[in-house]
Amino acid sequence: MRTEAILLRPGTTLTALSRTDTADDVALAAGGDVRAFERLYRAHLPKVHSLVRRMAAGRDTDELTQDVFVRVWQKLGSFRGESAFGTWLHRLAVNVVIERFRADTLRRQRYHDGEDIFEVLPARATRGDLSMDFESALTKLPDGAREIFVLHDVEGYKHREIAELLEISAGTSKAQLHRARMILRRHLGGQQ
Amino acid sequence: MDKPHSHIVEQLSEYIDGELDAGTAADVEQHLAGCGDCRTLVTELRAVAARASSLVDTPPQQDLWDGVAARIVTRPHAVRGIREVARRRFSFTLTQLAAAGIALMVLSGGMVWLTSSGDSRADFPVAIGADRDLPAVAPVRLSETHYEGAIEDLEEILERGRAQLDAETVRVLEQNLKSIDAAIEECRSALAKDPANAYLNNHLAAARQRKLALLRRATALTAGS
Repeated sequence: MRTEAILLRPGTTLTALSRTDTADDVALAAGGDVRAFERLYRAHLPKVHSLVRRMAAGRDTDELTQDVFVRVWQKLGSFRGESAFGTWLHRLAVNVVIERFRADTLRRQRYHDGEDIFEVLPARATRGDLSMDFESALTKLPDGAREIFVLHDVEGYKHREIAELLEISAGTSKAQLHRARMILRRHLGGQQ
Repeated sequence: MDKPHSHIVEQLSEYIDGELDAGTAADVEQHLAGCGDCRTLVTELRAVAARASSLVDTPPQQDLWDGVAARIVTRPHAVRGIREVARRRFSFTLTQLAAAGIALMVLSGGMVWLTSSGDSRADFPVAIGADRDLPAVAPVRLSETHYEGAIEDLEEILERGRAQLDAETVRVLEQNLKSIDAAIEECRSALAKDPANAYLNNHLAAARQRKLALLRRATALTAGS
């Protein structure tokens, strides 16, 4: 039986096909293909780096990003294809960041920081690069509130997912999200 | 009795996220109708959430790949690219092929190809390596009944190019194919007794995909010669 699907096409490179097909590259990388993995790295770098930067408030962002991709390489064999690769990678990146900072401070303490943040995050006074200003404001949030804000409002996680990731209650997640928004609204106040 | 203003304020994020139950949401709306400060606050909180969801992802200022690559190339089970193998007259070492076989088995074991459902993931090819200059195989969308035909075609191509592969490569290749065939046969036997078993069906699809992937790579090697 001849198939319409399998065609060996002279002049068509596997790389050209793979670049447009993450699934191909995931399979190749899982088999040890470093070039395929580099393509995955480049495709997902901006999202991963931005996630790490926001969650970690800019601390060790490059190193953490590298840690994420090394972990992805190590874990590719466990990727089941039950979710999109990007979703899987993203979850893994979140875990890497959480693990890094879990040891820094007792987690409970991270979600009960003092209210002095209201003093160090002034309302935005001048117009400029709004995105960068907002990113900068994020770094000034208390660690716990920032992590939850990034996961919920930037990345779209649900409170129950955040609760599971951070080993807190959904109620704490909701309270900290509200806290972060209340702080940031002061910053955005000058832009409305 | 109306809830105090401070209590309502604490619920406004949940309110704008639609996470309050109907009764509580009605209480909040009743309060909002008479409280300008809270209405303003709702607007501001919505603006914050909207700004957050519109942030643009940006790459780092410097590329980080070298640092990543330096840490992953030492991975013990990494399989060399086909180009490197091709320079050596398509001669895989036993270790490489064994590693490739293991990698395929490990990878494929977790990849469930629901071919009969038309799930796009069924098109997920598996390969033991890749290179920019090798002839490629188009992504496959095969129904279950097409698998055997596809495999037959590839076996035919491989048979024609068999002489271009060295004996050891052929031996290990056949060994891997034999193991996959055995897995397929086991699945078929089990399915004969339990045709609706999703687990078995998935494993059969995965085993077929493994065989297809291995054949595709092998034929690519012969085509590249």
